[in-house]
Amino acid sequence: MAEQKQQIEEFVPKEYSAGFITDIEVDSLPAGLSEDIVRQISQIKGEPEFLLEWRLQAYRHWLTMETPEWAHVHYPEINYQDISYYSAPKKKTDGPKSLDEVDPELLRTYEKLGVPLDERARLAGVAVDAVFDSVSVANTFQDKLAEEGILFMPFSKAVHEHPELIKKYLGSVVPYKDNYYAALNSAVFSDGSFVYIPKGVRCPMELSTYFRINAANTGQFERTLIIADDDAYVSYLEGCTAPMRDENQLHAAVVELVAMDRAQIKYSTVQNWYPGDENGKGGIYNFVTKRAACRGESSKVSWTQVETGSAITWKYPSVILQGDNSVGEFYSVAVTNNMQQADTGTKMIHLGKNTTSTIISKGISAGRSQNAYRGLVRIGPNAENARNYTECDSLLMGDKSAAHTFPYIEVKNPTAKVEHEASTSKISEDQLFYCKQRGLDLEDAVSMIVNGFCKQVIRELPMEFAVEAQNLLGLSLEGSVG
Amino acid sequence: MLEIKNLHASVDGKEILRGINLTVNAGEVHAIMGPNGAGKSTLSNVLAGRDGYEITQGEVIYKNENLLELEAEERAQRGVFLAFQYPVEIPGVSNIYLLKAALNAVRKYQGLEELDAIDFLTLVRSKMELVKMDEQFLHRSVNEGFSGGEKKRNEILQMALLEPSLAILDETDSGLDIDALKIVSEGVNALRSQERSIIMITHYQRLLDYIVPDFVHVLSKGQIVKSGDKELAKELEKTGYSWVHDQPEGLSA
Repeated sequence: MAEQKQQIEEFVPKEYSAGFITDIEVDSLPAGLSEDIVRQISQIKGEPEFLLEWRLQAYRHWLTMETPEWAHVHYPEINYQDISYYSAPKKKTDGPKSLDEVDPELLRTYEKLGVPLDERARLAGVAVDAVFDSVSVANTFQDKLAEEGILFMPFSKAVHEHPELIKKYLGSVVPYKDNYYAALNSAVFSDGSFVYIPKGVRCPMELSTYFRINAANTGQFERTLIIADDDAYVSYLEGCTAPMRDENQLHAAVVELVAMDRAQIKYSTVQNWYPGDENGKGGIYNFVTKRAACRGESSKVSWTQVETGSAITWKYPSVILQGDNSVGEFYSVAVTNNMQQADTGTKMIHLGKNTTSTIISKGISAGRSQNAYRGLVRIGPNAENARNYTECDSLLMGDKSAAHTFPYIEVKNPTAKVEHEASTSKISEDQLFYCKQRGLDLEDAVSMIVNGFCKQVIRELPMEFAVEAQNLLGLSLEGSVG
Repeated sequence: MLEIKNLHASVDGKEILRGINLTVNAGEVHAIMGPNGAGKSTLSNVLAGRDGYEITQGEVIYKNENLLELEAEERAQRGVFLAFQYPVEIPGVSNIYLLKAALNAVRKYQGLEELDAIDFLTLVRSKMELVKMDEQFLHRSVNEGFSGGEKKRNEILQMALLEPSLAILDETDSGLDIDALKIVSEGVNALRSQERSIIMITHYQRLLDYIVPDFVHVLSKGQIVKSGDKELAKELEKTGYSWVHDQPEGLSA
């Protein structure tokens, strides 16, 4: 037992950079998982009865499940009794008082990402009001959204203010029975984001956790629920890049999106959790369930993800195309370096007529990493004239990394058109020499070639995110060639 | 500008360059001709700093620096430019992006400010006229789907933009039809100047009708076996390369 515990600590360390969680009293529950813990979480949050019941059902179901082992990833067994399932958000005063107290390595990363100084301070968890007036910024923003009738708040707040919406939609896309980690999340989720866009409203700005001040330290079991009512539009940015680098445990989030008639949801993620060191020590296990329901006719959901962090990524943002003429898109870049492992892709489930889906997946493997694309395209019997186009490209760097492609195609309607293209290539010495001969150093050359490879995905990101993603790609692959 | 002294280079233990001696002064245009396998491309790759070549003897002095000690990008930043025989395709990277990155890398070395997008576009447009390139080339991926002629014009465009001190043109005429050859040659001629040296590596005399060199050297079996002026090229055209193989080993002009 002691040995096992040590192993867990080795692979799921609690702190990746010392320096800014020193001598802080955090309000947390003891390690371990039981019905009692689930009740305590619910109680701390003062949740209504229906939610506690739901959590308990999820917990009881989770007990009957087994860890999924079909993914192309390897890691020592996780002891769920060693994890603490509730840790209160740190207060402003808990953080470092100024940038001088922040890990210089982290600051260097921000600098290379081109994050402005104010933002760097905020990301590093410095008490932001010392830097600029975050409160007024947030208020201006909230007022504007309120004018439009848009709800954008922490999940726990929505539970109190809009329980009817939570009751109606929570688990409606990802039921707690869906999979092992979804069940675990449903039982113990701490907080997350809630978004509701009313009928006919086009959200005037990109919504991001970045704007939501108190979201900076949400737990590792997040729950996000976004609903776009008829004719609504919203673009949601998740994660930023580095802000959550100090969180380093099992991360099992659930994201549910619901798009009603003609509604559109664009969900963009740039994920840069701590990947562990070059020998595979430490890093986040990112076991996330993301799914969207295109419930209304002509609705559209687009997932765009740039995944560069985490020791292990296990994530398949999917779209259930229920409404006729609905559209699902998945644009993904997954980078693995050193000992990182990624098994990621999507599921496009075509149920409605004339539904279309597009999958563009770019995998980049460097170091001794393993990078797998796993995707399912299912055309149901009633999905007349459904169409799918899939393109999976893998780029290998060095000769110790690996790329895998696992496409699953199930077609139950003869009118369907499904296309799948796949390629695997290497960064060539010729390309590198060409760039160097034009004056670019190796890092810039690699970054440029990789960004070119990922262009189809990067261009789907909102502008400010795209710039960050481009820098991040270069940064993640630093030292992987030559 | 450039002084190559007794340069020996091997690939996988096989000696390709076997004692090259060559001096190129500022403003001069040198043509290096020779049959296949003479070591022409090896010479240009060694000068540009490509990996995979072992220098076993000799030295190369460029602007009073030991060129062989510099990385490829350091040579480029110092004004050594190689126009590739086979320009590489880089999918997804727009031509304008590469051009801008390259120019700014060189400017950074020179201690100059990076050019902003507007100044850069103005500059690159003026250079594009030289090689009669359409603006749409800027937005296509580097060399992807370019015809042979377009690729070579793109190389000369890069040269025009980067304004190197020493330009090495490796088989720039290969794969060009006569119209493209004229455009490329006019571009190169426009770039001839008192401050710039050019080394043209070519198999055929044809290119030299358009870009007239000051000196012509014949490379054979890793050595320069004969040097002369442009008349030497004409002689070669008549007699072919077979006679150079009959020359005694080790003879250099």
